Amino acid sequence: MNNKYFIGFLAIVLCLLPLIGVQGYPLHIVITILIWSFAYTGWSIMGRFGLVSLGHGAFMAMGGYITALLWNYLGMSPWIGIPIALIITGLLALIVAYPCFKFRIVGHYFALVTLALSEVVRQVIIATRDYTGGSLGYTPEPHGEGWSIYAIQFPDDRIVFLYIAVFTWLIGIIVWRMVDGSMSRYALEAISEDEDASSAVGVQVTREKLKITILSAVMTAFAGALYCQYQMFISPDTIGGVGISLQIVFAVVVGGIYSSLGPTVGAIITLFLAEILRVSIGTATVNLTENLTINAAGFPLFIYGIMLIGFIIFLPKGIVGGLSDLLSKKDGQSLDIKSSKAK
Amino acid sequence: MKYLKLQKVKVKIAMLNVTNLNVGYGSFQALFNIDIDVNAGEAVAVIGPNGAGKTTLMRAISGLMPVKSGTINMEGTDVTKTPAHDIVKLGIAHVPEHRRLFPRMSVEDNLRMGSYAPQFRANYHKRLDFVYSLFPRMQERRNQLAGTMSGGEQQMCAIGRALMSDPKILLMDEPSAGLAPVIVQQVFDLINKIKSEGLTVLIVEQNVKQVLKVVDRAYIIEAGSLKMGGTSSELLGSSEVQKAYLGM
Repeated sequence: MNNKYFIGFLAIVLCLLPLIGVQGYPLHIVITILIWSFAYTGWSIMGRFGLVSLGHGAFMAMGGYITALLWNYLGMSPWIGIPIALIITGLLALIVAYPCFKFRIVGHYFALVTLALSEVVRQVIIATRDYTGGSLGYTPEPHGEGWSIYAIQFPDDRIVFLYIAVFTWLIGIIVWRMVDGSMSRYALEAISEDEDASSAVGVQVTREKLKITILSAVMTAFAGALYCQYQMFISPDTIGGVGISLQIVFAVVVGGIYSSLGPTVGAIITLFLAEILRVSIGTATVNLTENLTINAAGFPLFIYGIMLIGFIIFLPKGIVGGLSDLLSKKDGQSLDIKSSKAK
Repeated sequence: MKYLKLQKVKVKIAMLNVTNLNVGYGSFQALFNIDIDVNAGEAVAVIGPNGAGKTTLMRAISGLMPVKSGTINMEGTDVTKTPAHDIVKLGIAHVPEHRRLFPRMSVEDNLRMGSYAPQFRANYHKRLDFVYSLFPRMQERRNQLAGTMSGGEQQMCAIGRALMSDPKILLMDEPSAGLAPVIVQQVFDLINKIKSEGLTVLIVEQNVKQVLKVVDRAYIIEAGSLKMGGTSSELLGSSEVQKAYLGM
């Protein structure tokens, strides 16, 4: 399942999709899945080591908004704007994470600090509505008609973005695998089990945690910037805030936190789930009977919540992890607690 | 002639030298003016009742506790300001209280973590062979998750992990705590074995009778202060120790 040939094959198939006539809405779904997969992969490289961040919505929003603001106000091409956005996001991650790690804020407390970060960034975007459009959302100015490589804008042409998205997704998987194969992975696993014992054997606990957190934040910010360039519209609730932060966690848990393809599978499931729920229920009110009307806007969240609880209890390694366990069981191999070892 | 003579004089400096050490948790002071020496090749015990500050002393030496004042010298280097992850590189390995393994990692991965620091990695296989030859049981269990082993096996794994960095001195914090009496005997046999490998050992124990049979010297800490110190036979012969620790 995590085989690198399989992933390469998948990337080629994705690139060939337009040739076999996939376009329009189905292609849009594929691109969206790939961009979100990259964000989810970014989260999972730290999430798998027990560093549960609920602040990745903030990083994603930073990536998107900084890129768009630099373009609209300073006319700065995203070619420069995106790297600047990534650097600023990395600095934000450093500023928030360093004191957390220095003062041993771990587990639930770390999740709460980062949860606050999500909301702070969302509130800042809304409060500066004169510049950012607030909760109504924000659009990067189109750069003339049609294509613009300078502005990384390809309206009405999804194929270019498909290639960008496939490439980015592939980079995400490669980064995941590089982390998985590095000594840092041993260090981070050890840290997640016992920080004192880790530092006693020579692991630089704070530094290792900071490294992975910044990498993770920067990846997520890049997904935000890409989303902004693709959709040409961002709002605090579509790429930021607590809602997106939770969606990221949900998708990775469902897909599989210990597998390189887990976040991708998570993205497929969450996106289809969201689309199905949107089409079948919508966000409008539902008339159950003549006298009883309920507001169905919260229904998708309700489904997410139920599923999340179900997965954590019954399939804690997610779909990909559960499947590869099942396969290795059939092969008669012993079960490892971490499915990544069974690849 | 005089110059040559000077060179021949070998000044005996302890490998690990703790002087005037004060350590505390916030406003609570746990250790008062502790002086301890450990010479190369020696096995030294620190004994004392619960809450005397023995574990605090170990944690201070290995950098897991900040030091208020005083010095800890490892072969002439003051390590009071050195972070824990650098202290291990100076040759001080710590087997923490309650073993503190990485329970969801395999035995071999636990051992691998013991030689995590870059300068130890080159010798990883050599050290692994050494640890396996010392504890053949660990080789049998290499793929098992460390947390699923028995207490005695976990203790072996914890000692093995500390030995992976090829330390000059091994700090052991209550290796016999929480183990069945039969296993305790095995653990002390292990310590004897490690000692006979020529390793310097500083060990904290509550099992005074057993530990005094193994070590060369011992210090007694009570309520954060050094009460007495001496060779094992001196302490075993002292009426005070007999009364307070050996129940005689």
